[in-house]
Amino acid sequence: MTVTSLDTTFAALADPTRRAILAQLATGEATVGELAKPFAISQPAVSRHVRVLVDAGLVLQRVEGTKRPCRLAPAALTELDAYLDLLRRALETNYQRLDRLLADDDC
Amino acid sequence: MTGLKLEVEGDTVVVVTRHFAAPPEKVFRAHTDPAIVQRWMLGPDGWTMPVCLLEARPGGRIRYEWSDGQGNGFYLTGEFLELDPPHRILHVERMHLPDPTPDNRIETRFEADGAGTKMTMRMTLPDAQTRAAMLETGMEHGMEASYQRLEALEA
Repeated sequence: MTVTSLDTTFAALADPTRRAILAQLATGEATVGELAKPFAISQPAVSRHVRVLVDAGLVLQRVEGTKRPCRLAPAALTELDAYLDLLRRALETNYQRLDRLLADDDC
Repeated sequence: MTGLKLEVEGDTVVVVTRHFAAPPEKVFRAHTDPAIVQRWMLGPDGWTMPVCLLEARPGGRIRYEWSDGQGNGFYLTGEFLELDPPHRILHVERMHLPDPTPDNRIETRFEADGAGTKMTMRMTLPDAQTRAAMLETGMEHGMEASYQRLEALEA
């Protein structure tokens, strides 16, 4: 994952409405109309949020007649987690050093 | 298993938790005594911390300088806000790359967990963009360790 696409992913995740949309999609496919129902905002506004999520690669949208059902793109979240895993490993390098110091009673 | 966890929370928070075999008193000291911090908070193999200043009292200064011994380096400054040994540290810090990054406010808690310690480090950044930038910086630094190990294997 490049830094640029990661920026896009984090920016997409930064909005609470978009996170709520993702949470709803985690339970299954939904149309923009269905996604708009729980929110006090218009369907076009929800459409714009969905567009940001699609551009960030977090949501996939297909055409079915006049409907555009949305679903989660599992690969995107896996990539984000793989990225956070690099950070976990970087931190773990430090903490394993600390473990050794604490075990040797050097401190 | 030490079970390091790193999770993002909301728009601006990163939470790191980890278990240590040593009791809170020792883990707390290992985070506030510069002679100890200097020996483990180093990042990738090959990096050292030639300068480690930790004035562990409210208002006390923090300064870490890292170097790879080949002319590359960066530094971090900060201030302690509250200390409650051996349970809790509240401090702010910023990286200098060389321009200072926005303040990262960090609350570190050490709780007894069996004979050991559960550490919970909660970092709060001013906004989502700053958090993304901090995670990226951390990753670039960490990635270098992987590349260096790879180079060592290939040599």
